[in-house]
Amino acid sequence: MARSKLYGGLGALAAGALAPSLALADELNSGDTAWMITATALVLMMTIPGLSLFYAGMVRSKNVLSVLMQCFAITGLMTVLWALYGYSIAFGGEGAFWGGLDKAFLKGVTVESMSGTIPETVFMTFQMTFAIITPALIVGAFAERMKFSAMLAFMALWLTFVYAPIAHWVWGEGGWLGGRGILDFAGGTVVHINAGIAGLVAALVVGKRLGYPNTPMPPHNLGLTVVGASLLWVGWFGFNAGSELAADGTAGMAMAVTQIATAAAALAWMFSEWISHGKPSVLGIASGAVAGLVAITPASGTAGPMGALVIGLASGVGCFIAATKVKRALGYDDSLDVFGVHAIGGIIGAVLTGVFCAPSLGGAGFGEGIESIGQQVGVQLVGVGATVVYTAVVSFILLKIVDVIIGLRVTEEQETEGLDLALHDERGYIL
Amino acid sequence: MKLVMAIIKPFKLDDVREALSEIGVQGLTVTEVKGFGRQKGHTELYRGAEYVVDFLPKVKIEVALNDDLVERAIEAICKAANTGKIGDGKIFVFNLEQAVRIRTGETGPDAL
Repeated sequence: MARSKLYGGLGALAAGALAPSLALADELNSGDTAWMITATALVLMMTIPGLSLFYAGMVRSKNVLSVLMQCFAITGLMTVLWALYGYSIAFGGEGAFWGGLDKAFLKGVTVESMSGTIPETVFMTFQMTFAIITPALIVGAFAERMKFSAMLAFMALWLTFVYAPIAHWVWGEGGWLGGRGILDFAGGTVVHINAGIAGLVAALVVGKRLGYPNTPMPPHNLGLTVVGASLLWVGWFGFNAGSELAADGTAGMAMAVTQIATAAAALAWMFSEWISHGKPSVLGIASGAVAGLVAITPASGTAGPMGALVIGLASGVGCFIAATKVKRALGYDDSLDVFGVHAIGGIIGAVLTGVFCAPSLGGAGFGEGIESIGQQVGVQLVGVGATVVYTAVVSFILLKIVDVIIGLRVTEEQETEGLDLALHDERGYIL
Repeated sequence: MKLVMAIIKPFKLDDVREALSEIGVQGLTVTEVKGFGRQKGHTELYRGAEYVVDFLPKVKIEVALNDDLVERAIEAICKAANTGKIGDGKIFVFNLEQAVRIRTGETGPDAL
């Protein structure tokens, strides 16, 4: 995220003449603002309906409403929590690990307050859409078996103790990872590795679905999944190009590399499957596109077009192996491959970001104070490691707490009947 | 009277209906069914998870006929439903004891 860069030169410019509440304000740029309002809407579209449909198509027909409901409810809950205190923890202050509560209840976020060249209201809402999609990604890991009430409780805790702090580490002022020169333009660590690891932990703690892996559990409507993946692809331009927080050359390049990496990853997964199983599949090409979107996310502000091509190819093949081979071999039931696609794609992207930011490879340059690929990859690995360890440990603790108080899983009877009827008294299809 | 039951490939239903109309059949009943024969099932693959689908979708046609129409009807179905490939289906013929047209109360061949 380009926030800290934008703030760099603003202090002196704004000092003195302006009112105290505008101490850090720049001139409002209407072009930047128009783009950021659009980008914010695009990122919201990624969750509802993009991710919701992507997931809904992959579950069995008896659980289609349950995942749509989970994504929709998360959208509502995260919005409220972000306004109450989430934004403040992530962006409210200058601590190394914690932004504090100065902006709780959106104190000071007014019509006049600015964030760089855009209104702070727009910045806050843009960040809110990230805080929505990240927990929603985790839904895929425990789909078809978790209690709705337990899901809500876990997600509220997770935003508070995992997402908001990590967002602060990387993007917040004074955050310790950002300070080390980590390159994470749009959220490879904060969003994807974070959600992917939390998903794996949740899949392990909640346990396998009844009958897994012996009972067939094929996706019930891949048409929905393709529509969802397509909406994710389109919405991701808001995610990546929007993370520049301005309508400029870097945003343009972010758009270009996002498109190139995604296309390369979709083809890479398709051909991998074609070679290993004899036929190219619809679910495969759609999954490959999402893997590419994930992997280019941290690199989208620094990689050049050919770097993006390599990142896309690597993530398409890497995530294909993780989701189809590694999962089988290890036997965990990450229902919709949140770990295989988001954690693995995120890690591939985060590491390769350190390679393809190099000016000699067509990149835009290293992080602050860093001079070589080796050093940059080292910092990237620190970021990956810190995120993996922190989210794994804290997610595990939060799940255990919710399990004790509410219980994570539905009963066997409810699981067999399907969550739509058991938890919502509704059916997805009345034909 | 006979009851002729034919299991055919779903996409051949229109051809069979037309062929039966041409020889004077005035009504039939269709059911979507699943089953397997020599064709067996097929496999599906989703992100590396392979499922064997044992039962394939077919269409079951039931038509009640006067004895004199039975041979021609069987011939018509065979011709219309034939693709030459495995999985074309089967025809079964049963004796039919009684038929009643509910509206008029007619019975036997008059009810067909």
